[in-house]
This record gives sequence, structure tokens and C-alpha cells, in this order.
Amino acid sequence: MSESIEELVSQEYKYGFTTDIETDTIPPGLNEDVVRLISKKKNEPEWLTDWRLKAFRLWQTMEEPRWPNLKYAKIDYQSVSYYSAPKQAKKLNSLDEVDPILLETYEKLGISLTEQKRLSGVAVDAVFDSVSVATTFKETLKEKGIIFCSFSEAVQEHPDLIKKYLGSVVPYSDNYYAALNSAVFSDGSFCYIPKGVRCPMELSTYFRINASNTGQFERTLIVAEEGAYVSYLEGCTAPMRDEHQLHAAVVELVAMDNAEVKYSTVQNWYAGDKDGKGGIYNFVTKRGKCAGVNSKISWTQVETGSAITWKYPSVILQGDNSIGEFYSVAVVNNRQDADTGTKMLHIGKNTRSTIVSKGISAGRGNNTYRGLVSIGKNATGSRNYTQCDSMLIGNKCSANTFPYIEVKNSSSSVEHEASTSKIGEDQIFYCKQRGINTENAISMIINGFAKEVFKNLPMEFAVEAQKLLGISLEGSVG
Amino acid sequence: MIEIKNLHASVNGKEILKGINLKVNAGEVHAIMGPNGSGKSTLAQVLSGHPAYQVTQGEVIFEGQDLLDMEPEVRAHAGVFLAFQYPVEIPGVSNSYFLKAGLNEIRKSRGQEELDSFQFLKLLKEKMKVVEMDPSFINRPVNEGFSGGEKKRNEILQMAVLEPKLAILDETDSGLDIDALKIVSAGVNKLKSPANATIVVTHYQRLLNYIVPDFVHVLVHGRIVKSGGKELALELEANGYDFIREEMLQSA
Ligand SMILES: Nc1ncnc2c1ncn2[C@@H]1O[C@H](COP(=O)(O)OP(=O)(O)OP(=O)(O)O)[C@@H](O)[C@H]1O
Ligand SMILES: [Mg+2]
Repeated sequence: MSESIEELVSQEYKYGFTTDIETDTIPPGLNEDVVRLISKKKNEPEWLTDWRLKAFRLWQTMEEPRWPNLKYAKIDYQSVSYYSAPKQAKKLNSLDEVDPILLETYEKLGISLTEQKRLSGVAVDAVFDSVSVATTFKETLKEKGIIFCSFSEAVQEHPDLIKKYLGSVVPYSDNYYAALNSAVFSDGSFCYIPKGVRCPMELSTYFRINASNTGQFERTLIVAEEGAYVSYLEGCTAPMRDEHQLHAAVVELVAMDNAEVKYSTVQNWYAGDKDGKGGIYNFVTKRGKCAGVNSKISWTQVETGSAITWKYPSVILQGDNSIGEFYSVAVVNNRQDADTGTKMLHIGKNTRSTIVSKGISAGRGNNTYRGLVSIGKNATGSRNYTQCDSMLIGNKCSANTFPYIEVKNSSSSVEHEASTSKIGEDQIFYCKQRGINTENAISMIINGFAKEVFKNLPMEFAVEAQKLLGISLEGSVG
Repeated sequence: MIEIKNLHASVNGKEILKGINLKVNAGEVHAIMGPNGSGKSTLAQVLSGHPAYQVTQGEVIFEGQDLLDMEPEVRAHAGVFLAFQYPVEIPGVSNSYFLKAGLNEIRKSRGQEELDSFQFLKLLKEKMKVVEMDPSFINRPVNEGFSGGEKKRNEILQMAVLEPKLAILDETDSGLDIDALKIVSAGVNKLKSPANATIVVTHYQRLLNYIVPDFVHVLVHGRIVKSGGKELALELEANGYDFIREEMLQSA
């Protein structure tokens, strides 16, 4: 529209740097030996090695899904390296032992792993490439009986819990990417909140892909026992690289009677350049199970990065009166493609779900909302409310909505609202006439559009998300 | 205050303004009337810098500066305000947030201190009284779901808050009921001072009973074809535009 916008387009992805660090990386390729090797490197019990192998064997028989509204070249799974870890002393006893280069990397990303520096009261598990490198505030949490550690550590220290819950929400047979992840996952976070405990701080995992030509496959497992509460944040970035990189994570949440889990994501993987070169392929399976009565699981996501996003954070509403929520802002710009949404599976009586999806498409981006609301025949008195709004910036982008609804009893109700609007030259001109420049006008209009989602994010995160939205869309009007 | 010289402007290659000349001094009120499609809104949009219109000839000097060279927001900072014929909706952005952002940008550009939320709210409430607007509009999204008349009143509220040097009111009277017309006009009159000027675009004499113009101009086919005092509006009201067209034919 005007030069100022053109200038803004050229804004660089500010997390695109790489860290020069020695790594232990296995050669590309995937077969049973690789699966065994990963398991061995992590010193896993036999049952877990077997579980991985079962997943791998199943994966080999599966087909990569082609139903999403996504366009990308076929992935050569044999050209990816399935394990990369920064070389460091085997077991860390304190944060002081973490490689200073890694600490510096996280500093640069705006995440301080040094506990005394963190005033905000957020405990962080930092995952670098495939491996958890540091977890802060462990001791403070331990006093309350909360377990917050890397997945690998949990396998060693709390095998019973892992054995009980791993795959209990997302079985390895769930889908193509979940099976792949189950076979080769390298690390991630584990979090356990015991009965009646309200987690006193936000827990957070920060994922960083650094190594080139490496896939990142982490698993997160969060269990909230009866009456427990936890709010969990997930952030992610990657360097700018010319080739595509694969990210296939699995997140499982369990909420028992009267428990609540709030999971927030700000996904800012490298999205590729404006011609679609490079960027992360993000194929993620996230699901929560409201296993107990009156339990609640709430997903909030701000998706601004990745070249390809395939992601449907879902809730199984099994306990009577349980509540599932999904709040999403998904932004695509340049050549990005996103196919994202949620599944709300109502099984228990009087279960309720809310879906608010805000899709923003700019450049040549392609944004699809895909959602399923299923109300089973025993889920009497259940309700769903869905609101799906799309905003288009410019006229080369697109937005699609695919809502699927199944209601199998007559006492339940489903409400669906959808809208598509276009950020217009007139809106921007109106703001400018009142003294507000283009950049601030776009950011104001977009944030207004996404407000209902942002208000569900923890304060600190909301501010970051708003800024991020501004950055990913700068220069997109015209 | 503002001097428009031989202004030509087109949209999509079609010339709409064909040589406008107009001078407005501080303290004056000018009314612009003319048939539908004659170019009144186009003139208003060109003066405030809408990117859809291309100026092909002429110049506009505002307070000694080349107005056409400035970005729209810079014109706003300099004191140009347009009350839109069709105010724009901005969902999810509250009226007060929007207006505070605008006011603070304008203040910043003038080296004045920005107002904090409390100071702004106090100011906003005072100005809302001037146009008799209900406080519930403070937190409603900008123009979204407003009735036609409420949108127009909201434009004048914004003008009251931003205190422009030159206010261009494009058919602010259309959509207002009789009481609202009086209230809004009274508001505009209260804001009038020897230091600022107003250009009112309207179709109806009725508005000019309340906002009394010093000059009335008639715009036809992109040109000002007749100018006069406030009595010209009465003539137009009585005779329509035909008598002007005839005069033009005779003089041609
Ligand atoms: N963006 C545009 N694209 C095409 N034509 C336009 C555009 N804007 C204005 N025009 C045309 O320019 C002419 C002048 O329009 P303008 O809105 O200035 O008239 P007006 O005098 O304000 O009329 P009214 O009294 O109906 O408000 C009209 O013929 C209109 O259709
Ligand atoms: Mg008009």
C-alpha cells in the first residue's frame, strides 16, 4: 500500500541465529537399530524399548495423511537424523554445570535459566534439539511434591508413573506422526501435580531446534491428580535454515477429579523465507483427557511460525461435568500453510466445550480451521459453543473452515458461529486519519480481532504474543 | 489556514476533481454543497490523504506546509481531521483505546506529554458530555454495531477529543435525528474558535441553520461553480441545482 509497509516486510526472524556447539548426532536414517540405539543412549528399561519398537513397526505400515489442506513436498524420512544432543557431562547436578554456550543461547532468546535472575516465577525446562538441558526451580517445586523434570529423567526416576500414563491419552497407534514420535522421541518434559496441590508458579518448556537436518520429536506428559491445578506454557524457536526441518511432538494431559490443566503455547518456529524456502514442518499431536468428574482442560495457542502446521489439540471429556476449551490464534504469512483446529469428544454427562478460533491469513498464506465436535449418546445434557473467525490481509491468501459435528443424543446442543473479514485499506486509513501509523494500525486491528484468545494467556505471555503477532504480519498489507 | 489551488484528482484513472480552488482562513466556516457524485467526499478524502486517490495536478498549502506531501497520519498530527461520511468499524478495539492511541500520537508529534489512562478517561468523559454520548460507548468496539446516527455522533466525539485546526465534516448530518442534529451541531459550535476552521459538506440547509457558514460553495462535476454567503444555501434549498446548471450554460 505504501512504502512504509514494504520496509516492514523485510523484518527478519529475530531468533534465526545458530549456536555453535559440539553435538552427539546419529547419522540420518531410520530402522529398528536406530530405535534401539536411541533407547540405549537413554538407558531405558526394556518395556520402553519394546514400546518404541511396536510403534516403529506399526509406523512402517502406516500412510502419511494426505487429507490436510497442506501443500508440501514428500518428506524423505530416511534423510533425517533422529537424534542430536549437545555434548555435555552426563548428569547435571545443578544449573552451574550447564554449558555456558547453551545458557547464552537461551539468554539470547529472552529466557534466563539462572534461577536468581528469574523474578517472574516461571519454572523452565529448556529442550535443546532433542534433549532437555536445564530445568529451573526444581527444588522449590519438590517441596510441594510436584515433579517437573525432563522426560528422560522421569523415565529413570519415576518409571511407574511413566509406564502408567505414557500413551494413555495418545496411543502410539493414534496416527502416523504419533507413531513416529513414539518410536524415536528423545526427550521432553514431565510434570506431575499430586492430589490437592495448586502449582504455585507457571511451568514452562522452551523448545529450541539448533542442529541442521535433524528432526525434533519430544513428548510432554502432564498429570494433575485429584483437585490439582497447573498452568503450563510452551514456547519454541528455530534457526533460519534453507532446508525444511521436521518437528513431530506428542503432548498428553491427564486431569483427574476436580483437577485443572491449562496449557498455553506460543509457537514461533522458523517459518521459512518469503518464497517458502526453509522452515519447520510442524506435525503435532496434542490431546488431553478429562478423566475425572468436574475436571477441566484448556488449550490456548498462538501459532505464528512453521512453514507447515498440522495440529489439533483435543480434549476427551470423559468425566461427568468436565470442561474442555480451545482458544487459538493462527497466523500465516508469505508461503505458510496451517491446518489446525481441535477435537472435543464428549463422553461424560453434562460436559461442556468451548472453541474459539481466530485465523489470520496474509501474503500467500493458507489457513484452515478443522474441528470435530462429537457428543456421544451417553453424554446427555452436553453443550458446545464454537466460534470460528477468519481475517484476510491482502488478496493472495486464503482461509477455510471445516467444522465436523456429530451429536448422538437429543438433550445436548451445539452452537456454531463463523465469520470472515478482510482487513481493509479503509480501516487502516481510518486509523491513520486519527494519527496512528500503519504499523500500529495493523497491530491494533489484529489484536482487536484476536482479543478473546489473548485474554486467556498468562499475562507475560499475552504481551509477548501480541508483539509477535505484530512482527509476523508486518508488511503484509498492500 | 488552507489554500487549495487548481486541485485535480482521479480514482482508478477517472478524473473526479477537475481544478478546485478554495481558501479557508482561521475562524471561518465553509459549507460545500452539490449533487450526488459531484466529488465532495473525494475532496475530503484527498485532503486527508486517502491512498485510493491520485492527485494529478495542483497544490494544497496547509499552515504554510505542502499538505499533499504528507502521510495521512502526519496530516492528522498537523491538525487535519475528517469526520467520515461512512465511519469505519474496528472490531475488538475499544473506542477509548483507539482514541487514546490517536490522541497520544498527535500529542507526541507536538512534543507534548502523552496522557495516561486516568487523564485520558477524564478528558473523554468531559467530551462525551459535550456531544451527550452515553458512557457505555467508552468500552464498545469502534463503531461496531453502532446505529448510523451513533456513528456520526462518535465522529464528532473524536473531533472534540483531538481538537483539530481544520475539521472537515462529510455529511455528518445524514442519519442524525432532529434532536441529535441539534446536539451535534451545538457540539461543533462549542469547539469553534478564532484559531480553527471548519469545512462542512452537506446536502441540507437544515444543518446550516445550526452551524452557520461564512461561505457556501457549490461543487458540480468536480469544480466549484458558485460561491456565496449563507443565503446561497437557501437559494439552493428553494431551487435545487438546476438554476446553477442553467447559469453555467448561459455563461458558457
Ligand atoms: N474508489 C472509487 N472508485 C471508483 N469511483 C469512485 C471512487 N470513489 C469515488 N468514485 C466516484 O467519484 C465520484 C465522486 O464521488 P464522491 O463520493 O466524491 O461524491 P459526493 O459528492 O461525495 O457524493 P454524495 O453526495 O453522494 O456523497 C462518483 O461518481 C463516485 O462513484
Ligand atoms: Mg459524499
